[in-house]
Amino acid sequence: MAVPSELAQHIESYVDTSRSPTQQATSLDAVISLVKNHLITIETLVREMEIYLTTTDNVIRARGTLLIAELLMNLVSKPLDNVTMHSLIGFFTDRLADWRALRGALVGCLALLRRKSNNGTVTASDAKAVAESYLRNIQVQSLGQHDRKLCYELLECLIERYPNEVASLGENLIYGICEAVDGEKDPYCLLRAFHIIEALVQLFPDPSGPLASYCGDISENLGLYFPIHFTHPNGEEADVKRDDLSRALMLAFASTPLFEPFTVPLFLEKLSSPLPLAKVDSLKYLSYCAPNYGADRMAKHAGAIWISLKNAISTSMLESAKSFTSQSLNGLGFEENEITTEAFMLLKTVLMQNSDLLSSLIMDDEDISTTFNNMTSYGSYSDIPLQGKQRLHVVGRILYITTKTNIACCNRFFESFFPRLMDILEISKRNSSGGCFLDENYSLANKFHFGAVYLCVELLSAYRDLIMESRVTATDSIHAKEACCCMLQRFSLSLINAFCSTLRTGCNKVSDDVDIYFRVKGLQILATFPEDLLPISGSIFENILRTFMSIILVDFNHILLWKLALRALVHIGTFIDTCSRSEKASSFMAIVVEKILSLVPFDESTLPFSLKLEAIFEIGTSRQSHMLKIIRGLEESVFASLSDVYVHGNLRSVDMAIQLLECFSNKIFPWIHGTGDLEEVLLRFAINVWNHVKSWTASDVQVQEKGLLDATMMATKLAVGSCSEESQNIIIQKAYSVLSSNTSLIVKESTTTSIPVHPEGLQLTRQTDKFSHKDECILLLFASIIIAARPKTHIPNVREILHLFIASFLKGYVSSAQALGSMINKLGLKSNGTEISSDCALEEAIYIIFNTKPWNSYNNSVSGQCEATSNGIEIGLSDLCVGYVNNRLLQVNAIVGLAWIGKGLLLRGHEKVKDVTMILLQCLLSDGSTGASKLKQSLLEKTCEQDLHPSVMKSAADAFHILMSDSDDCLNQKFHAIIRPLYKQRFFSTVMPILLSLVVKSDSSFSRYMLYRASALVILDAPLIVVVSEAKKITPILLEGLSVLSEDIVDKEKLYALLLVLSGILTDKNGQEAIMENAHIIINRLTDLISYPHKMLVRETAIQCLVPMSKLPYTMIYPMRTQVLQAISKALDDPRRAVRQEAVRCRQAWASIASRSPHF
Amino acid sequence: MVYEFFNANPVVYKKKERQVRGAPSDTDESAVEPIDHLEVFDHLRNIKDPEHHYSLEELRVISEDAIEVEDHCSFVRVTFTPTVNSCGMALVIALCLRMKLMRSLPSRYKVDIRVAPGSHSDEAIAMNNR
Repeated sequence: MAVPSELAQHIESYVDTSRSPTQQATSLDAVISLVKNHLITIETLVREMEIYLTTTDNVIRARGTLLIAELLMNLVSKPLDNVTMHSLIGFFTDRLADWRALRGALVGCLALLRRKSNNGTVTASDAKAVAESYLRNIQVQSLGQHDRKLCYELLECLIERYPNEVASLGENLIYGICEAVDGEKDPYCLLRAFHIIEALVQLFPDPSGPLASYCGDISENLGLYFPIHFTHPNGEEADVKRDDLSRALMLAFASTPLFEPFTVPLFLEKLSSPLPLAKVDSLKYLSYCAPNYGADRMAKHAGAIWISLKNAISTSMLESAKSFTSQSLNGLGFEENEITTEAFMLLKTVLMQNSDLLSSLIMDDEDISTTFNNMTSYGSYSDIPLQGKQRLHVVGRILYITTKTNIACCNRFFESFFPRLMDILEISKRNSSGGCFLDENYSLANKFHFGAVYLCVELLSAYRDLIMESRVTATDSIHAKEACCCMLQRFSLSLINAFCSTLRTGCNKVSDDVDIYFRVKGLQILATFPEDLLPISGSIFENILRTFMSIILVDFNHILLWKLALRALVHIGTFIDTCSRSEKASSFMAIVVEKILSLVPFDESTLPFSLKLEAIFEIGTSRQSHMLKIIRGLEESVFASLSDVYVHGNLRSVDMAIQLLECFSNKIFPWIHGTGDLEEVLLRFAINVWNHVKSWTASDVQVQEKGLLDATMMATKLAVGSCSEESQNIIIQKAYSVLSSNTSLIVKESTTTSIPVHPEGLQLTRQTDKFSHKDECILLLFASIIIAARPKTHIPNVREILHLFIASFLKGYVSSAQALGSMINKLGLKSNGTEISSDCALEEAIYIIFNTKPWNSYNNSVSGQCEATSNGIEIGLSDLCVGYVNNRLLQVNAIVGLAWIGKGLLLRGHEKVKDVTMILLQCLLSDGSTGASKLKQSLLEKTCEQDLHPSVMKSAADAFHILMSDSDDCLNQKFHAIIRPLYKQRFFSTVMPILLSLVVKSDSSFSRYMLYRASALVILDAPLIVVVSEAKKITPILLEGLSVLSEDIVDKEKLYALLLVLSGILTDKNGQEAIMENAHIIINRLTDLISYPHKMLVRETAIQCLVPMSKLPYTMIYPMRTQVLQAISKALDDPRRAVRQEAVRCRQAWASIASRSPHF
Repeated sequence: MVYEFFNANPVVYKKKERQVRGAPSDTDESAVEPIDHLEVFDHLRNIKDPEHHYSLEELRVISEDAIEVEDHCSFVRVTFTPTVNSCGMALVIALCLRMKLMRSLPSRYKVDIRVAPGSHSDEAIAMNNR
């Protein structure tokens, strides 16, 4: 083998402690690669290193040994023959005695012992020799932390890999381990030590073996660490968590039952300590150890455990009860902490283990008996003192947990406690004949003691939960012959009657909320008991339902009771579903569903209509058949009241109709959408609308109720939107037939290019003319269907419909424009070869919209001023927008329509949207100021130079809001719009540069003002991340936008949204440069907004934005300081508290940048 | 010189449960929420005791009930209770309270800081006159 000189160099470099760690590491790597590449063998290396391994210089010897060890650590996969292995392990075993070079020896042993079997391993006898040498030579606790860690790892490795050899060392080994572990404090070493003890115990399973005599010592050693408590702050020992260590210790404790005599008393002692951590850990450890120690051993401690548990539970619940508004509570709503949770776990564990013993302890417990004895002294919940409530809660929770443990416990506790409770409540057993006698004379005021009711409910719910769990898991089924069953059957009838009569009207006014809660809960549990275990006759069941219904109908002023009763009914309704018996199902239908439905059309009942609808819907959710019934009933009511309005002109029904329609829109349709399979209901609703439309339009009554029409449209939209394509096709066909039969709307002779306008036909002569109410109704409902249609749904006669919508949106019907936008968004392309569902492709539709000349100036007799400029010329949509016809209203309508069409195009990513944008920009620019710029002229090439009214320009600016914002009415996912991802980003980055350059070039102040407005509206809807990346360019225009939007109260929401964008820039790192450049203007703008009167959130956010401004460079902001502080001190007197609080914070930030004066 | 505490080992109390205020209405922009004692307490509770690293709330030097506010008269009175009877820091505390209130309340307010009767040895002469 060659390269000895190179090798010598590397070795020298590694051994030399004056070299840097990196140099040493490099030379180690070099040696490793030499061996790996077979340039030298390990034997050669060892021979080469002889002088380093045997020198009397401790340091060099230690480094030399370590080099060999590290090398082996890195060569675990290199096969080594038995002879080499033997000599190497022999060497390291010897070296264990050399405490000055111990590190290398430990690493070397570990490296060899951990080798996989196919590469050559240490033989059993060699391993035993290592262990012996280890026990003989190493004083673990005298070593440093890293060496101790290696020692523990070596020990663990020996026990795991060579259990038999190590076990043969017997007591010697146990003693050695005890000694090694004793006094360890490092978390990682402790973790290893606990594992070692756990593994050690497995080596000596014999209870009378060598381990027995050491159990006391070991558990005493371990006990010192219990409960695990870190004295260092958390961050330092990041690699070992307290939980890991605690778990390792728990496993060590639980490893053998032999530890039981030492550990259980320790846990119980710590349980009584005041430290919460000690309590939680004791309970956890006991729960874990109990099954491992076995029932017999734990039985000795049962009494002590029970007493400690009871104390722990009682003392852990000191927090006061929460208010009784939350609907799901444990017991009496006392706050429970981790101690309580763990205590109940332990209670359950020990109860399962020693059922008889523990239950007799609990049943004979004095505290529990006292609670029972005191029960009669108090009537209502509010009479009981706080301490009594706590005690009651503890007993209730204990009874619940213990009863629910298993059926044996359930029987025992039921037999012991239930009759006593019934005695207290003075509820008698059912007489043998089993007849149903309602004890009307049962006077409750004095006898219905809250404590007894509460415990009774806890017992019942534990029993019911036990049954339900056993049915879900299909384990030991519970028979009707069980003791608890029989007992319950005997009392159930009287108990139900008692609950019913306490809940009857009159009794509830005087009772406390908590009393009522448990009465309702009790009755609900009894009503939903499985039929085979507690048969309840039909009449009793009906009695329960009637009781709840009377609460629903009469006690609606008592909100909690009303809600509880409704919840109970829903619960009962759901339960009938799972274990159905037709008799009960039909009585639920008759007494609850039909009864409440019958109330809808009549306004006589005192129950407010909104509550009625809430109750109806909730009850419907209990079961699909109930919901179907309810939907039918409500549908009838909706159409009856709609007809009442539209046919008979009865305006009193308007409110009711709107509420019903909203119930459909907000509750029923989303519910149907959630179930996914009730499409026929939606279809029926939509078709029904169109069936009725005919009769509405046939009537002579003229009703203008916009709210009602809007609600109808929304409901129709949602119904259609959730339908499949087939159903939508049916609906559209139906709607189209109604539409086309209405001759005044559809212009039959429409062509693809233009509509020759007849004065009588489209009635476009006066754009202020609207359609008649009937036409309007049909048109808008038809528009709602088109808005909600899916892309593949077939729309008949598209051209005709396009013309209709074009004509109507120019009259100011926004829904028409939205429908047009939806059509444009969803129509198929001709070019992509797929089958087009309608007879008109997108390209043609766009052509129709932009090239039809709906306006013939010849007919424009009303606005006569225009005749001079547009005499006899046909005018298209874009011309209308830029003011070819001098009629403002028409122009505004055209612009709004164009915006919605543009939105449809924008969402699908069609390039025609550019043209739309250009037309809108043209509108923004065209004002009649002198010296129009070249740009303007190029934009307005064809347009006549004339003034655009401010309202027109404003609507053009607002059109950008329509383009960018998400709409609830149309063009969203709910209504199946085709939405290209990132369309907002794309539009933002194309349109913003244009707007910015127009602002620079604009020479008219009003035009610039409108451009600011448009830019602000684009910015506030754009995703923040895009805005921030452009912050430098955007910020100046954003600030102008803030002042533009703060002028009109109508824009307050937009102003707030824009302000949030600014705050986004302020808090982002990328925005800092822009902020610095504009600091003064930002501060000016924000201080103005501090006094914005129309929206509190604007003021609050403005102040919040000022806080980070105070962190800017001192020289930059110091001049602004007085101004800011003055503005803020006004905000200190703001009428709203949130603003004042922010003001204090902000003032603190600004005042502290310089002066110490309290004022400025 | 070794600094001697006036009260080297004060009792630290658990923070009392706060009185809860109804949620403010978000819809009504014109609603007025007058300044009340809870709000003033919020300004003061986190002031640190001059001697210890505890807040005045934790030491129960101030409490919600010891603050009287009359918003329409622009008047606030804070009555505080020093931890020990002979506390030489009472004046410092009083100044802290006054300063904090002057910075946190509108300038129309008149601020009155008092020592609780009987809680300080020379309250009548020294404190309440300043």
